Amino acid sequence: MNLPADLPRRRTLGRRAAMLGGLHVGMLGLLGARMYQLQIRDRERYQTLADENRIAIRLLAPSRGTIVDRYGTPLAHNERNFRALLVAERTPSIDRTLATLQTIVPLNDDDLQRIERDVARKRGFVPVLLRDNLPWEQVAAIEVHAPDLPGVTIEIGDVRAYPLGPAASHLLGYVSAVTEADLKADRDPILSLPGFKIGKNGVERQHEQTLRGVAGTAQVEVNAVGRAVRELARDDAQAGPKLTLTLDAELQKLAYEKLAPKRSGAAVVLDIHTGAIYALASYPGIATDLFMRPIPQSVWTELVQDPATPLMNKAITGVYAPGSTFKVATALAGLSTRKVEPDHTVNCAGHFTVGDHTFHCHLKGGHGRVGFAQAFAKSCNVFFYDVATRAGIDAIYDAASTLGLGQPSGVDLPHESAGRVPNPAWKKKVSRDVWHPGETPSVGIGQGDVRANPLQLALMVARLASGSAVSPHLTKTGVRNEWSRLPFEARHLDVVKSGLEAVCSPGGTAAAAQIKEPGMQMAGKTGSAQFRRITQEERDEGVHSDDLDWDEADHALFVGYAPANAPRYACAVVIEHGGHGNTVAAPIARDLLLEVQKRNPGAVV
Amino acid sequence: MSWISASSRTSHAFGTPELSLAAKVWQISRVFVVLVLALGAVGVLGQYSAANGHMEPWAGRHALRFGVLFVGMIGIALIDIRFLARMAYPIYFANLLLLAGVEAYGKIGGLGAQRWINLGFVQLQPSELMKIALILGLARWFHDATLEDVRRPTYLLAPLAMVLVPVGLVLAQPNLGTGLMLLMMGGAIFFLVGVRLWKFGLLIACGVGAVPLVWRFMKDYQKRRVTTFLDPSTDPLGAGYHITQSKIALGSGGLWGKGFLLGSQSHLNFLPEKQTDFIFTLLCEEWGFWGGVSLLTLFAMVVAYGIFVGLRSRNQFGRILALGLSINLFLYVFINTAMVMGLIPVVGVPLPLISFGGTSMMAVMIGFGLILSVLVHRDSRMRNGEI
Repeated sequence: MNLPADLPRRRTLGRRAAMLGGLHVGMLGLLGARMYQLQIRDRERYQTLADENRIAIRLLAPSRGTIVDRYGTPLAHNERNFRALLVAERTPSIDRTLATLQTIVPLNDDDLQRIERDVARKRGFVPVLLRDNLPWEQVAAIEVHAPDLPGVTIEIGDVRAYPLGPAASHLLGYVSAVTEADLKADRDPILSLPGFKIGKNGVERQHEQTLRGVAGTAQVEVNAVGRAVRELARDDAQAGPKLTLTLDAELQKLAYEKLAPKRSGAAVVLDIHTGAIYALASYPGIATDLFMRPIPQSVWTELVQDPATPLMNKAITGVYAPGSTFKVATALAGLSTRKVEPDHTVNCAGHFTVGDHTFHCHLKGGHGRVGFAQAFAKSCNVFFYDVATRAGIDAIYDAASTLGLGQPSGVDLPHESAGRVPNPAWKKKVSRDVWHPGETPSVGIGQGDVRANPLQLALMVARLASGSAVSPHLTKTGVRNEWSRLPFEARHLDVVKSGLEAVCSPGGTAAAAQIKEPGMQMAGKTGSAQFRRITQEERDEGVHSDDLDWDEADHALFVGYAPANAPRYACAVVIEHGGHGNTVAAPIARDLLLEVQKRNPGAVV
Repeated sequence: MSWISASSRTSHAFGTPELSLAAKVWQISRVFVVLVLALGAVGVLGQYSAANGHMEPWAGRHALRFGVLFVGMIGIALIDIRFLARMAYPIYFANLLLLAGVEAYGKIGGLGAQRWINLGFVQLQPSELMKIALILGLARWFHDATLEDVRRPTYLLAPLAMVLVPVGLVLAQPNLGTGLMLLMMGGAIFFLVGVRLWKFGLLIACGVGAVPLVWRFMKDYQKRRVTTFLDPSTDPLGAGYHITQSKIALGSGGLWGKGFLLGSQSHLNFLPEKQTDFIFTLLCEEWGFWGGVSLLTLFAMVVAYGIFVGLRSRNQFGRILALGLSINLFLYVFINTAMVMGLIPVVGVPLPLISFGGTSMMAVMIGFGLILSVLVHRDSRMRNGEI
């Protein structure tokens, strides 16, 4: 036994064990200090962090405000939409569930691919859309077969419905899914809600912020993967308020129906006193559910390439040479600058020469000696070449601008075009060339570079008829009756108005379209805007504008107001490549002006 | 001769007293058993809470394992320490073979992650048991060593190899946490038996010098653990997420905790691995600062008792064994709790008897059994070179 050797090593062991024990105590002290630091000193900070972890704010989507016409007729509202959703983690076999669902709701390959993709991409508890817009019978069948369809739930959502269909499609616009660009432009967090839709055009876009409503919030307790465990507090969403338009739904429908036999066109009816728009139609319209789901490329290409431009609201975006309707501005330019007097006459021999350029009247032999009344009634070009030349381009520009041409009317709709009234300054800007006197006669009859949209044309006659600076509006808030007077003398306005009455009287170009009802007669001006200039060679060969193909034919225009003796309603009709204003556009304007007088929406404030 | 007076109770026999089975059972410390049972109970409660107040899937199995292993602990306590000393080398080498075999099998079988052997009620990781085997082996080696032997560097080569071979195998798995623990265990035993401090200084200097080399051979995920530890905010949703969420859970527990089963962080799954490595966080979130301090005190008492048992033993083998096992337990507790509190990098070290997991519990309970055996056979005297 080597016992004595045990003592020194036992002592060493004891000493060193004590040292290690001391180290242990120190390390325990470190742990205790750390616990004190975390759990006592910084407790509040970590408490807050834990609550932030635990509580998530979920946005609740508000329902979109409805849009109604001046009588309260719904133009856009929300319909209940039954949607079938799949919560992937609640079904033992997605394939079997889908197979069972197929016996009730047929799903095509696109649907199945989309579902497969969504299931793969989303977490198991996030519902995946199977099919929306389910008819009631299918909803009932799914509910009945619920035990065989684990994970399938029915959800009631909102879908935007437009009772007027294509007739008001441009005016109202549409709602569609939020894009990346939308998210950048608008910081409202509600946009990031799945399936949230915002107004993309027309009234839906113009009043997006109002119609959208205010999002509600729900405070929910969530776990680490974001699954809601329970709701702690809720602040309900506020639905968007009802938006009342000045529109008359019946008149809007009538306008669209009247345009429908044509291939492409637009019509506007507005109130001369208030500027309220009663109808603003563009044909062809678009199916209101077009933008509710992804558009197939072929359909989109067809829409974009359609020469009738169904995607464009021609009533405010389309620009046309106003043709003879512009003679209103030319006449006022000459009269207001005293370059011509109301009794001015011109001898029309069928043509008019400025320098070495000859302008033609549409009547080959000429109209003989004509004054304002006959010149309007017969739409004599030579008379207005003369007036335009006398007045000069600057006076024409001023008069046209005063009547609302060449600048946006300021109507509360997106994508309004400005149109154009050319003048020397504009020409210098675009072509670095001076204004040639030979250009003025063309402008005087609304050809050349003059462009206007149908709403501007309606506004032009509204301002002529009222002599005040009326402006159009579509939203029925703050109805205005007081407008500043235009800088035109009443007697000069009367000369033009008499001319427009003559147009619709026997012997006038639109005599056939006159309203027969007593006290409802209309006054107006036809126009046929050259789309393609007929060359001298063709003219010599006897080619007439009537012989051209559809997409080369003239645009047919008519602007007018009624009743002629106490103007209240203004109207503009443009039929693209329609030919003659008197036979194509004037009858439509007549029907609209008659109907609007009968309905008299201006009486309902 | 102090040993004669200290062993007056057994002075009738020269050498080793022989105890009856009943006497051995009587010798088992009731204080120690109560402490171990208390830890087991805390473990079951923790597992019950981790499953949101259910026995399934963890608490029930945890309790069952604890029961089986508790019986095993008592059984080991009754094994004669001389037999244990005789078996120390065979156990060490058997374990080393197992470790190498599993490593080789894992590589050959293409099951890189499978580093365990299924025993039915536990899945055995040889690397966990290696800690016990290493302590046994080193205790056996230094049992024969006088202080003079220990001072000879050549005498230390064999035990150094006994430490480094398993460390190498475990690091190759790769299992950084267990490898470092084996290294620290070995270091602690070398320190206890009286190896001069300058030798440690030399080794540590070599170790620091080797850091760049080790860094080169570390797996990417191991490097990431270290860098994440150094700055957890750089990767709040990746590796640093665990530490951040653990600190939030701990801190929000406050002084008295949120209450049993009411820890929002844990029950809403923000806490990762809450039933295993992060069980201490769950307990501290629900029981607060005082709960955590109480648990650490419980562990400290067990460790202190183990050291006390070691110092009272009359044989060097028993002393080293009990001290080594106590230090091993302390390292487990310290590394685990320091990790969940963000003091050291995330290394997969469980909290003894509290974390869910069979191997670690088995290793800890075997260790407790061995400590009790040292206690029961504290008066066995074994000569140097003779067992």
